[in-house]
Formats: sequence, C-alpha cells, structure tokens
Amino acid sequence: MTARKLAFEELQEGRVFHLPETRVTAEEIAAFSSQFDPEPSHPDEEAEPGNALSAAGSGWHAGALFMRMFCEAILLDSTSQGSPGITEMRWNAPVRAGDTLSGHITVLSRRILKSRPGLGLVIFRHVVKNQRGETVMECDNPVFFGLRHPRDDA
Amino acid sequence: MSLDAFLKLSETVTLGRHTFTAEEIKRFAAKYDPQPFHLDEEAARQSIFGGLCASGWQSCAMWMRYNLQSIRQSLEDWDGPGSRPEFGPPTGFSNLKWLKPVYAGDTITFTRTNLSLEPIASRPGWRLLSSKAEAFNDKGERVLEFEGRVPVKAE
Repeated sequence: MTARKLAFEELQEGRVFHLPETRVTAEEIAAFSSQFDPEPSHPDEEAEPGNALSAAGSGWHAGALFMRMFCEAILLDSTSQGSPGITEMRWNAPVRAGDTLSGHITVLSRRILKSRPGLGLVIFRHVVKNQRGETVMECDNPVFFGLRHPRDDA
Repeated sequence: MSLDAFLKLSETVTLGRHTFTAEEIKRFAAKYDPQPFHLDEEAARQSIFGGLCASGWQSCAMWMRYNLQSIRQSLEDWDGPGSRPEFGPPTGFSNLKWLKPVYAGDTITFTRTNLSLEPIASRPGWRLLSSKAEAFNDKGERVLEFEGRVPVKAE
C-alpha cells in the first residue's frame, strides 16, 4: 500500500474536493443512449416536445459522468471499497450536448464501522454544475474507505 | 384503459432480464467508473467484493433501459379515454441501495412497482409518479432498490 493514497483518516468532515471539468459531446450522449435507450423514439415524442421519455437518460447519464469525475477527484488514488448507495438524488436540470460539467464534493460526516474496525464510512454531498453555474444534480452518497492505521480499539 | 389500469398502482411489474457479461462490465467501467474491482478480475478477487462486479451506475442505467422499454410498450397500448399520458424528465430518487454486487455472469431481473400519483402544486395538469425500482439476481437476492420520481401529465 503506497503512502500517497487517500485513506479514511484524510477525509475529515468539511473537507471539499473539486470535480474535474468534463465536456459533454453529442457523440457521448449518443453512445450512452445507444446502450441504455436503444429504441427509436416513440413517434409521438418528437411531435410532442413535452413527452420527454428520452430525457430519462439524462439523469442517469449525468450520474455516470459524475462517477468518472468522482473517480478522478478522489476514488482512484484512495482506499475506497465501494458504496452502499445514495440516500437522496435531485436532478435539477438536464445535461445537454456542449455542456461543460464541474462541481464539488464535501465530506458531510464519517464514522468507523463497529463491525469492521479497518473500514470507515464517509458521507459525501456531491454537487454537479454546468457552465452557466446551474446545478445539474446533487446527491448524498456514503462510501466505504479503508483506514490507513486500522485500530482494534476503534 | 383507465389511467389506473395504465399505471398499475401497487402492482409489481417485471420489466426484463439482463445477463451482465464481464466484457460489458469492464467496458462501462473503463468509461465511467474505472475502479479496480469493476475493471480487473484479479484486483476484484482481492477486494471486498471477491469478484468482478458491475458499477452500481451500470445496474441503474440498465434498470432504466428496461423501464423505458416497458413504458413505451404501455403507451403503444393506450386506448384512452383521454390523450396518451406524457412523461417529463425524472426529478430524482431516494434511498438508492446497492444491496449486493452484480457479478459478471449474473442474470438480473428488473421490476417496478408504481406507488403513488400526487398533484404537483407548481405545475397544473402534471402529477408526480413515485415508483419503487428493484433488481434481483438468479438466487432471488435483491441487488438494487430505489424510489424514483417522474412527472406525468394525464387527464
């Protein structure tokens, strides 16, 4: 284990990390849609702009794009052991081709697991914005991290 | 078909089944979630998961794929009274739990239970549909759940 890795100990409450900028291209949106919304639009959908079934992809796509940013900001050089879920997700604005996403992550709280003293749970709040400063999505997300110095008496 | 019959409130609907291959797990992970336990069998064996498993975002996106398929099919079958319900972009979800890993080779069954349809005060004519999403592996273990919210315009 290298000493540079970010471990539970370094994820103090209130610490803020910046998410790297990510540009969303039309090709990227088409690639996601081809996998997760491969059916052609319902004929009525294009005639009725209000019928935004295809926009369902936008939120989950934003989630996947955010995950990549989270990996680069924290997870890939950390003792992360995966996440049990997301307590609350708000999709406030759609992600469109040409958008540049950025944002930040704040440590809300953390605790060492009683059942596994070598492992801690860190609760993050993630906020993703577009180039106009509009919040695209925000969510609260617990993630498990290994401790740098596991303590049996923790 | 009434709106209630269309939405099937309180009824659990099977949306589809999908087998997650190692190849597609790695392809998704390389693009969106390149953590070692989603990318590399050996690293995954040594991780808390014990084997190659899908990114949680991939299992969610796959639920969405089968859900959209199911909604589009139901819209095809809509025969009134009134005009076909319209769906807006989902506004979010609560209590998403990745309960068990989705391992390479697992066949996952996706379900949806529509829970309630409440008026949206700020959007006349629109109501908020809340649905419970779930996914189960071949052993019948629940691997994923969340409560999704989507605006629906219906008469």
